Amino acid sequence: MKRWTWRNTLTEAKLLLIGIPLFFWTMIPVYHLVLFSISPRDTATSGRLWPKEPTLQNFNFVFYQKHFYLDYFWIQLGNSVLIATAVAFLTLVISTFAAFAISRLRVNGGRTVLNMALFTYFIPAAFLAVPMYKTMGLYGLLNSQWALILAMVTIASPYCIWVLKQASDKLPYELDEAARMDGASPMQLFRLVYLPLMVPSLVAVGTYSLLLAWNEYLYAFLLLSRDDTVTLAVALGNFLSADDSPWELLMATGLVYALPPAAIYYTFKRYMVSGLTAGAVKS
Amino acid sequence: MLVPYLIIFFLFVLYPVCYGLWLARHPESYVKLFDDPIFFRTAVNTLVFLVVAINVKMAMAMVLSGFFLYKRWWIKGLSLLFILPWALPSIPTILSVRFMLNPEWGVINTQIFQLTGLDGPNWLNDTTLAMSFSMLMHIWKSLPFWTLILLAGRMSIPAEQYEAASVDGASSWQKFRFITWPSMRTLYLTSTILSMIWTLGDFNSVYLLTGGGPADLTHVLATLGIRYLRLDQVDLAMASIVVALPLVLPLVFFMMKRLSK
Repeated sequence: MKRWTWRNTLTEAKLLLIGIPLFFWTMIPVYHLVLFSISPRDTATSGRLWPKEPTLQNFNFVFYQKHFYLDYFWIQLGNSVLIATAVAFLTLVISTFAAFAISRLRVNGGRTVLNMALFTYFIPAAFLAVPMYKTMGLYGLLNSQWALILAMVTIASPYCIWVLKQASDKLPYELDEAARMDGASPMQLFRLVYLPLMVPSLVAVGTYSLLLAWNEYLYAFLLLSRDDTVTLAVALGNFLSADDSPWELLMATGLVYALPPAAIYYTFKRYMVSGLTAGAVKS
Repeated sequence: MLVPYLIIFFLFVLYPVCYGLWLARHPESYVKLFDDPIFFRTAVNTLVFLVVAINVKMAMAMVLSGFFLYKRWWIKGLSLLFILPWALPSIPTILSVRFMLNPEWGVINTQIFQLTGLDGPNWLNDTTLAMSFSMLMHIWKSLPFWTLILLAGRMSIPAEQYEAASVDGASSWQKFRFITWPSMRTLYLTSTILSMIWTLGDFNSVYLLTGGGPADLTHVLATLGIRYLRLDQVDLAMASIVVALPLVLPLVFFMMKRLSK
């Protein structure tokens, strides 16, 4: 126990002076999202800070698709799941191969490939979107979900390669030598030695690319447009097109859409934080 | 084993970039771009966004990284909530703020009316206010990430340095000035530059909150390029990106040099 002194009290007061505003700053938009989605239609806009009669009616509307904005809710949710999973899987395969080749096999040109990946990592996303959209048109992929999957793999993999390369540089090199002495081929080395040791980093980058793809709005809204192919993110954006949109349903759908990434994030928080802080900026 | 990534890189990075530059080859596109009054406004907005939003954000992240070093049960709980803006997708939260700011039935103006009987301002219809809220939105969204980065930086400073300074009677400002800042300077600078590059590509904070309005006065380069694209003026879209390259490329090469030494 700390002794009570003026000095300690002053420190606690200073901490609270930062902590309390920080709490409100962080939570107000989130609270408003929840508040809106449990407010009945007619009182959602009455400006109350807590609804008179909280209701789950809006979720009922969403899940039973009882509004024309929600006609494809389940299909769009499925699209989001499908695309995010595909992106995470492909990114994992591509970036693990690349990191293994660069860091462990030390293939020629590995350095160059890493620089190419870093360069991609540093292109502002909205800048690449314009030529990417035109190129997808040339490839005939527009409106195909492959366009979004491939675009997101392109955006996610540079960072994953970078993080995995950093992590695999830390594995002792003697391990590879020992395995080679025992006659392991590069493929066996990859499968039996490398992958098991890399599990924490693989979880981190897998989660990262899954969330990146699930949350993406700009590319999804450029590359997909049919009601039954778009992701939930695009469907939410479409609510904005009309002034008489049912905002409380939009917020309820938004909450349903926001919960899975939050749950995944908190489940894998341990891996995410160490992976991200290790990789994002090397001091 | 590098082949899968190389295919992705050539098909979806190199080719689009070259194709985009080729589309932006006509000098007329630039004349047209500079004749567009929206473009000048956008360039100013982008600069303001970069200078103000990023410096405020990084300064806040620096303070908060110090705050989260304190071991209290409630700070630990707060740190779990604090990460939410970053963990949640942009659309629901940004739209939530957009609705709060609605002049007629948004919760802010209804509260103002109930408390004072006066009509609140038309928040997003005022250029300065709309820009400020876009910047606040951006800060809200990305502050947790940069706080985490700077927190990791602070945690790697050996505790003995602070203990020795305490023994010598250093004030907390002196500790920051002579221990924390010298070890964090490089990380802080790198983070600021990286954040600048990424903020140039931040489409959501502006588009979902203001849509570039009122009257296309709050666009930044990221949303302007997409606006031209939607209007089927690809040459203008690419030209607006190319004019930003003299600013972006030095930053990109600085970062690449730093990360791949």
